[in-house]
Amino acid sequence: MSTYRAPLRDMQFVLHELAGLADIAKLPGFEDTPDVVDAILEEASTFASEVLDPINRTGDVEGCTYRDGNVTTPAGFKEAYHQFAKAGWIGLPVSPEHGGQGLPQLLLGPTLEMWNGANVGFANGPLLNQGAIEAIELCGSDAQKHTYIPKLVSGEWCGTMCLTEPQAGSDLAAVRTKAVPDGDHYKISGQKIYITFGEHDMAPNIIHLVLARLPDAPEGTKGISLFIVPKILVNADGSLGERNDVFCAGIEHKLGINGNPTCTLNYGEKGGAIGYLVGEPNRGLEYMFIMMNAARFSTGVQGLAIADRAYQSALAYAKERLQSREVAGKSRAAAPIIKHPDVRRMLMSMKSQIEAMRALSYVAAASLDLAAKHPDAAVRKQHKAFIELMIPVVKGWCSETATELCSTAVQVFGGMGYIEETGIAQQYRDVKIVSIYEGTTGIQALDLVGRKLIRDMGTTATAVIKQMKKSAAGLDESNADVAAIKSQLTSAIDLLAEASQFIGMNAMSDLNRAFSCSVPYLKLWGVVAGGWQMARAAQISAAKIAAGDADPFYAAKLITARFYADHVLSQSLWLHHEIVRGSASVMALREDQFDLDRQLLVTA
Amino acid sequence: MVIPEDRQLNIVVAVKLVPDTNADKRIDPQTRRLVRSAAETVLNPFDEYAIEAGLQLKEQLADGSSVTIVTMAPESGKEVVRKALAMGADRAVMLSDPAFAGSDVWATAYVLAAGIRRIGFDLVLTGTQSTDAITGELPGALAEYLGVPGLTYAREIHVAAGRVRVKRETDTGYQTLSAPLPALASITKSAAEPRFASLKGIMAAKKKEIAVLRLADLEIAQAVGGDGAKLEVTELTASPARAAGKTVTAADGNAGARTIVAFLKERNLL
Repeated sequence: MSTYRAPLRDMQFVLHELAGLADIAKLPGFEDTPDVVDAILEEASTFASEVLDPINRTGDVEGCTYRDGNVTTPAGFKEAYHQFAKAGWIGLPVSPEHGGQGLPQLLLGPTLEMWNGANVGFANGPLLNQGAIEAIELCGSDAQKHTYIPKLVSGEWCGTMCLTEPQAGSDLAAVRTKAVPDGDHYKISGQKIYITFGEHDMAPNIIHLVLARLPDAPEGTKGISLFIVPKILVNADGSLGERNDVFCAGIEHKLGINGNPTCTLNYGEKGGAIGYLVGEPNRGLEYMFIMMNAARFSTGVQGLAIADRAYQSALAYAKERLQSREVAGKSRAAAPIIKHPDVRRMLMSMKSQIEAMRALSYVAAASLDLAAKHPDAAVRKQHKAFIELMIPVVKGWCSETATELCSTAVQVFGGMGYIEETGIAQQYRDVKIVSIYEGTTGIQALDLVGRKLIRDMGTTATAVIKQMKKSAAGLDESNADVAAIKSQLTSAIDLLAEASQFIGMNAMSDLNRAFSCSVPYLKLWGVVAGGWQMARAAQISAAKIAAGDADPFYAAKLITARFYADHVLSQSLWLHHEIVRGSASVMALREDQFDLDRQLLVTA
Repeated sequence: MVIPEDRQLNIVVAVKLVPDTNADKRIDPQTRRLVRSAAETVLNPFDEYAIEAGLQLKEQLADGSSVTIVTMAPESGKEVVRKALAMGADRAVMLSDPAFAGSDVWATAYVLAAGIRRIGFDLVLTGTQSTDAITGELPGALAEYLGVPGLTYAREIHVAAGRVRVKRETDTGYQTLSAPLPALASITKSAAEPRFASLKGIMAAKKKEIAVLRLADLEIAQAVGGDGAKLEVTELTASPARAAGKTVTAADGNAGARTIVAFLKERNLL
């Protein structure tokens, strides 16, 4: 059984050396961040290891139980949630005006990684509070802010996001839940599914944020509004009043993240749940999309976190499992499997991609802060564009890579990995959700190609590619590893530019062709942008080593970055080939031809 | 001196900064002292129980009573002390002076007493021992220098009507002791589990004061540091490496069983 240990050293390296914590600290309101960052990392790591980690496996085994509309979370979840809330972690990025600590989004990188690495089932809960807080902060009325935000920040109440309906999954335009005006509020009726923490025993009230349609709303995406629907209505004095007409009809049996309940919620079976409109009518989806960046970023970090936990377990196992003698050794004794080249390759593959994901996602988080707070409008705009482009990449690439790496971690365990008791199987099951919820990888790729590449005619993509090229050109070739990385990175960036060009050209003539390899294109972006960050890390490390810094971390970083260049950046070759040479064959087979291998020839 | 009941309590928690037990350690054979730079410094884990007890007392009294952390340590330990502030202590005082280096328990207690008198106190709390020296003698010595009752090994502590009352752990059971304030109590690990520093606590700690007092700021009338130490470390030896274990398997049959029985008997476990 593994114990979660946060990768604090790499987190500090990425925060300071790659994500530019010092620049974030220059933004208004963030001046004190550098003074507290070490203490925050240390305490969060202690909390993750000592409070969240011990209930990770038990939460998975025990799961949630549903009875008569009530949901019981696994043993210890309620107590851990209270401790988490009391410690003030929910309010980390929330403005002090609403009871938060007003810290940069950048710090969500390491803290979210720790919560999710220690216990992803649990960590989803506080994430939903953050989503609800953000929605109300963004477009709620002053009265709504006053009523709900402080209690969501303190954790006294919990939040949810109620988007999905049976017929409205990836396509939210198909939402059918109704909202009918009734005096100063609305009566909500309909069914929502897949609602994480939609009902539970961790807090006395749950604030649901619900997408629904007004009676006169136009069809499609422009006819959806956002509502606050509290489980228990809140009296004018802030005390809890009557039970609202929203009830849990059941919870799902899932592949993973069994620590949290995934609920079906029925609204208005007893005459209509009371809901309050947030912002303006018919702008619900638009509001959701503003919040989507933070949510998708968080999901990418969840993937990174679970992969890192799986890597930790695999590494520990590889060091202690004795099996077969060393291939190049003289001893006849069984060696720890970490001595075997193929196991080593798997560990390096995990380590290097985890570090690349961490670097890219934290760098993106820093851009969230710069886009929001930099005094210069031009700089804000530049980071806003970078974020818009990178969010689907961070979400899509990190979640897909993480899923692959958790599979690799099971592989390191061999047969033992397939057995639940070793715990690694849980990571393998848990991680799959991250490439599905908050928009599947396919949806992320659609967003990347459709909204981020084609719609702005490649302007942002070109600017970021240029930025990466400049960064690659600046790599110092006096170090052999950095020189090799430079050469790999430079050609990978060129391949990305070519692939972007190809998709852009096809967008004008053949949209099917433009979209047929959108996922490989998203992965190509991830592989290259991750390589860009690893190259920066290599450059910094080589400089430290050259200057006589004996910290073994830098030597390890340089070797890891070199591995990434040779084994991961090289994926750009086949991804490019897939996009440019292979997109025609994706749609070439007719629908009826799919079944031909199962149809027997009937001869007369 | 009797403290009136309505007076806010000045609780002082004496803590020690120690090398992290998880870190690699090296001892300089010349000075026979630990090479501090090589080991990460942390709050002595035993002292966290004293901090927790102090914070709980403060919260129970809820009358404006305060918790002050005091430590004798180089100023480089400031960030470690800040952790105690992040847990909720109100302020900290560091007694830092090169002249204090090399103090033994005797000299440390003397300097701490001078610092604590300077701060002013009603109740001094300490842990029961440190993870580095493990003498367990400091609480008694400190009470002696402060000239106050020392109630050691407290697993429960209450303050009312100007008196402190503790439930004291002994080898055979519990004693209930009571003494007038001012007094000193050392807190055991079976009191309350130390709290985690909260994010709010970390943010607040940044603004809290950590004062530094030097030798000249204190009323010191005797030699301190290495010169004031009564204890001299004459020799140091590394603990012997653990001998290889003996493996008995099912294949050893009756002989194996006899080996196990003999092993257990030898240690009076059977």
